[in-house]
Amino acid sequence: MAQLYTKDTQAIFWNNNSSAIQRMLDYDYTIKRKKPSVAGIVAPTSSSKFEKFFYGSEEIMIPLYKNTTEAKAAQPQADVLLNFASFRTAYDVTMEALELGGFKSIMVTAEGIPERLARKMNATARAKKVTIIGPATVGAIAPGAFKIANIGGTIENIVQSKLHRAGSCGLVTRSGGLFNELSNIIAINADGIAEGVAIGGDRFVGSVFIDNLLRMEANPAVKYMLLLGEVGGTEEYKVIEAVKSGKIKKPIIAWCIGTIAKYYDSGVQFGHAGASANGDMETAEAKNKAMQEVGIHVPASFNDLPEIISAVYHELHAEGIIKDIQEPSINVCPSVRKSKQFICTISDDRGDEAHYCGYPISSVATPDTGFTIGDVMSILWFKKRYPRWAVDFLETVLKTVADHGPAVSGAHNAKVTARAGKDVISSLISGLLTIGPRFGGAIDGAAKYFKYAKDNNLTPAEFLNHMKKEGVPIPGIGHRIKSLKNPDLRVEGLKKFAAANFPSTPLLDYALTVEQLTTSKKENLILNVDGTIGILMVDMWRALGYKDEEIDVFIDAGALNAFFILGRSIGFIGHILDEKRLAMPMYRHPMDDILYDVQLAEQI
Amino acid sequence: MAQKAIREFDAKSILAKHWDKYFPGFTYAYETVMVQNGTELKKAAKEKTWLKEKTLVAKPDMLFGKRGKNGLVLFKDAKPGDVSLAKATSWIDEKSSQKQSVYFSFEGDTPTGEAKVDMLTYFIVEPFTPHSQEEEYYISATCVGDDDVLYMSAEGGMEVEENWDKVVEVAFPITATEEEIAAKIKKNIPKDVAKNDKEAFAEFAIGFFKAYRELNFAYLEINPFVLQGKRVELLDMVAKLDDTAGFMMREQWGEVEYPTSFGMEEKSPEVLAIEDADSKSGASLKLTILKPDARIWTMVAGGGASVVYADTIADLAGIEDLANYGEYSGGPTTGETKFYAETILDLMTRSKDAKGRDKVLIIGGAIANFTDVAKTFTGIIQAFDNYADKMKKVGIKIYVRRGGPNYEKGLKDIKEAADRLGLYIEVYGPETHVTDIVRMALAK
Repeated sequence: MAQLYTKDTQAIFWNNNSSAIQRMLDYDYTIKRKKPSVAGIVAPTSSSKFEKFFYGSEEIMIPLYKNTTEAKAAQPQADVLLNFASFRTAYDVTMEALELGGFKSIMVTAEGIPERLARKMNATARAKKVTIIGPATVGAIAPGAFKIANIGGTIENIVQSKLHRAGSCGLVTRSGGLFNELSNIIAINADGIAEGVAIGGDRFVGSVFIDNLLRMEANPAVKYMLLLGEVGGTEEYKVIEAVKSGKIKKPIIAWCIGTIAKYYDSGVQFGHAGASANGDMETAEAKNKAMQEVGIHVPASFNDLPEIISAVYHELHAEGIIKDIQEPSINVCPSVRKSKQFICTISDDRGDEAHYCGYPISSVATPDTGFTIGDVMSILWFKKRYPRWAVDFLETVLKTVADHGPAVSGAHNAKVTARAGKDVISSLISGLLTIGPRFGGAIDGAAKYFKYAKDNNLTPAEFLNHMKKEGVPIPGIGHRIKSLKNPDLRVEGLKKFAAANFPSTPLLDYALTVEQLTTSKKENLILNVDGTIGILMVDMWRALGYKDEEIDVFIDAGALNAFFILGRSIGFIGHILDEKRLAMPMYRHPMDDILYDVQLAEQI
Repeated sequence: MAQKAIREFDAKSILAKHWDKYFPGFTYAYETVMVQNGTELKKAAKEKTWLKEKTLVAKPDMLFGKRGKNGLVLFKDAKPGDVSLAKATSWIDEKSSQKQSVYFSFEGDTPTGEAKVDMLTYFIVEPFTPHSQEEEYYISATCVGDDDVLYMSAEGGMEVEENWDKVVEVAFPITATEEEIAAKIKKNIPKDVAKNDKEAFAEFAIGFFKAYRELNFAYLEINPFVLQGKRVELLDMVAKLDDTAGFMMREQWGEVEYPTSFGMEEKSPEVLAIEDADSKSGASLKLTILKPDARIWTMVAGGGASVVYADTIADLAGIEDLANYGEYSGGPTTGETKFYAETILDLMTRSKDAKGRDKVLIIGGAIANFTDVAKTFTGIIQAFDNYADKMKKVGIKIYVRRGGPNYEKGLKDIKEAADRLGLYIEVYGPETHVTDIVRMALAK
């Protein structure tokens, strides 16, 4: 592949380095990329699901994942990994990504990864044809397309150094700081760079000078290359060989820094870990001389680089190899931005008419729209339009749980409050506050435990054992009076509806085998209405194509209880209105219904 | 710098610690002590009775080789193998009492090049092992290019270099499996190895190479080792560790020191303090003092830029004028930068220039990627505040060139601070070529 990155390239960023990621998004905005260059962030210790970033003055959300595997599964199109793990974990992160596959390049920023690990990581990547950039690097850039993290510095400097659009030079350095410096020099003395890589300062880096220069040779946008080498190592000689053998034909400008090293013995370490000459061949002088001898443009010193860049550029320009660049228009990042405190992803009241997930209210409200309350619930609660059978099921659930008479604790509380003279809202809330683990909470619990048992392939007997160990009765099992012989007709109705309309009901089928076992112990241990609703809800989501993790999120968020809350509110309001209509007096509990057993408080 | 030389004593101690894991078929007595003088040796003999019971060999343990040719291996008093504890004690006291000349290269037995003169401060003492020349073998391993290379020879000892053509080199990619390595080593045992020793040699070499790999040695050499059946003697060892692996080798390496090599100046307290600060920081702080009396001091940001400045100063002024080399990078905090700047200002203001000129302080750097220039310059300004009087007394001209995040504010702040304190300063941004301030400073 001749180009390292394109305007469609997306990366997974390992470690939530928010300032570096913001720099990437500022760059994306500036160059008017369609998609953000960061598709996801791996943040192993974060409990959030996403992080907000600015895109211009607006904010966008980038999803967070716990690990690379999860991130890659969710963002398969992201083929660049930006590994910002520390030197302790960077190796493991890279190796996991290589094992996973699907990454074309991996950038490793950590400095000082143990050498053996760095070598193994680099060799493994090479065998899998994955380009490693680094370790110990600030990254790479394809101007106008994709920029890694902090390379190029601030957005002002990027535009100043013409790193926002492609020029014609291919730039390869070890050093990150000098990469920036050279980008600036090239912008001043020529037309900027087409692609640039800082290969990293450690002794063992993944892609070396020659790998990058050969790719640039094949990249038609690159017209000439600039190589900034360093004292130490023999990588520059591979470039010399490639020039000699004709593998590289484009002009190269090159300079090796560290000419001072010759004055000192090996005790003085100049610059990067890789910069230490073992033998004459590795000195900066020897390399500069050898490069000059094969026709590479080598200045007399670093100070003369600008001149030589200008000369090469103007010659290529005069020959017509380099054309004039039409400067593209850019977006300008606002300097003052305010982060939003709240996020809304379900409805929007800006504009002419408020809408629910893109549906104007008028388009869902009246009967002729074909939308029922179940449709509105599906879009506002789950941000998706469900098929008719699922919508019908949601409504069936609401209707089924709407009321269960005045004696249950929630309705009782609502009635007592109403009789104390409180208004509808206070009375309703007092009823709703009763909903929890003992009243109405069995829906969540049934969904959770039955799903767990099925997911872990527990036989009904194993499941019962498991619950026994947990010390909880199985939620959704058991009824005061109903039994298999005297079935709960609400349950029968739900089961019938599911059988007729659900594509399949694996969890319900499983639950019924559990019911076989429980009812063999005691006949009223049937699958009750709460259990049936919770279990069928899971079956519904499965049939709608939701992933397990998504269903777990619904359960954990309490979405199942929400159906009970919403449905039962209908009944509670009914009871409250009933009390008001009847103008019932204040309720006081009869004293003869209370067992008084009060002792004199002991003195301590 | 990732690869660091360790003392022979430490190298042997590391191997001894893991001996049974890598060399289960062999025994090694690990009779070795390291001392700084005769008194320490006598004290060691109270616990390690072999020092009294056996005849001894003593030599300096200070990261240099060719000790035999330099006459710094004590193995005979009247005749080879008769060195007593008393003799070793007096020899160590004698050798450590005054500076010694050490040559690092020889042609035959004639030294070439310049000798380094320094005190001998560390000695290693071991039992004398009577053995024949045939029992001496050579083995070493290091990384060459992308591969690990194992060197093996039947000609060990001082003669190995003269007989380098007899050394067998076997290269292994980093991804080689243990089985592949063992098979390849077995196939490549030098043919001069005595027939009876061949199998043992292979077994030892496999364990040696495994230890080299797993214990993160960057270089490991035993020259010679002596094979006497199942008994192994490590007569001389040289080793370097990859210190970047230190965080995962703490247990395996134990307490290991990275000494300065013989003839090199001991690290000054300032350098040690910067090293200490560096090791505790996520950023990078490096300082090497080249000539503390020289005129030009540098405080440059960035590993690459610092080299370019040093190159340019050497080109334009000559190295006689360059006092230090160093760099700070990776976004150091204000406090870290202040400490770094104060260290340099302190060194710089200890004496006036011998020729009465002003000293030059180059505060240079390329265009930073993410280091906040204003923040780091705040640290430098705080250091100016504390050292302004001394700086004025010595006479210092300051030249600044920097770009990157917040550079305008950084440059403005440092200019204002210098003006307020009455210090001479010239300040430039990215529009000025990175090293041009060196030329300007020298033109004055």
